[in-house]
Amino acid sequence: MEWPLWEVFIRSKQGLDHKHVGSLHAVDAQMAMENARDVYTRRREGVSIWVVESKYIHASNPDEQESFFDPADDKAYRHPTFYEVPDSITHI
Amino acid sequence: MFDTKTYSSEVNQALCDYLLRLADSSLILGHRLSEWCGHGPILEQDIAMSNLALDLIGQARNWYQLAAQQAGVGQTEDDLAYLRDAPQYRNVLLVEQPNGDFGQTVMRQFLFDAYHYYLLQKLGQSADENIAAIAQKSLKEVTYHLKWSSEWVIRLGDGTEESQRRIQTALNNLWEFTGELSKPDQTDEILHAVGLVPDLRKIQADWQNRVLSVLTEATLQIPARTWMQKGGKEGIHTEHLGYILAEMQFLQRAYPDCEW
Repeated sequence: MEWPLWEVFIRSKQGLDHKHVGSLHAVDAQMAMENARDVYTRRREGVSIWVVESKYIHASNPDEQESFFDPADDKAYRHPTFYEVPDSITHI
Repeated sequence: MFDTKTYSSEVNQALCDYLLRLADSSLILGHRLSEWCGHGPILEQDIAMSNLALDLIGQARNWYQLAAQQAGVGQTEDDLAYLRDAPQYRNVLLVEQPNGDFGQTVMRQFLFDAYHYYLLQKLGQSADENIAAIAQKSLKEVTYHLKWSSEWVIRLGDGTEESQRRIQTALNNLWEFTGELSKPDQTDEILHAVGLVPDLRKIQADWQNRVLSVLTEATLQIPARTWMQKGGKEGIHTEHLGYILAEMQFLQRAYPDCEW
């Protein structure tokens, strides 16, 4: 049995973002949605589900790790750490 | 614990009987589905069927707890589930039928879900608050059960030649057990008269429409034969129930009140 593979994303509560939780097999999007409900939200894990067929996800190439990610290593100035935050501003 | 109402002895007796019908049908179907655990055709559907089973067993517990309290003779939900023999069981015959292949399990589920859905919808408006509350809670679960089983009936019916043959065979085998679902008897009449339970004839019409529309989409034929089995609600069962109880009740019968 070769059913397509799907990736499942769950949003655990209003206002948060969807997080990847795993994958499953299903013949179409509707079945994928229901399987996701049955497999990944049995313990009240979510309020919203996204499913996407795995073949539509394009992943970065591990061989390009260095050229892709290393150049960001020494760019400390890209972090907003050089601003003085006024005392009255909280939650930053 | 429920805050139960007091009824005349005739109504209360009918009510306890009726609650057992609800509880037993859910428990036995839940048990049947649990037999699939670890044997499902695919992991995702194995889990789906276990979920259905757990929903149904949860519903059965609620109905048993209410039945035990309403009867008022000191029984518990466990006494009702584990210490009654087949002739005291009040589930409809449909739910005790064997799992067969996946098609037969799906068809049995669909025929029952369609009935269960409309029944709970109406029980949600019962004059008895406890019945209404349990029904409303259960209806959320059963709405999903009906969606699940309807889609599988359509998928298998309108699928390959083999899936179509198998699910049509299941329909042919199970159809004769659908007659008693919505055939009212004295218990139904007594309780309907005081507004506790719905008129089964109305449920019959809704059930028929839903079943017909799904079976048509699934390209399946309703068997021409019209003979219908009955007896489950009065405790006259097919031979299958005894085996289910033997397995389900063994521990309690062999080691009464054991704990772990």
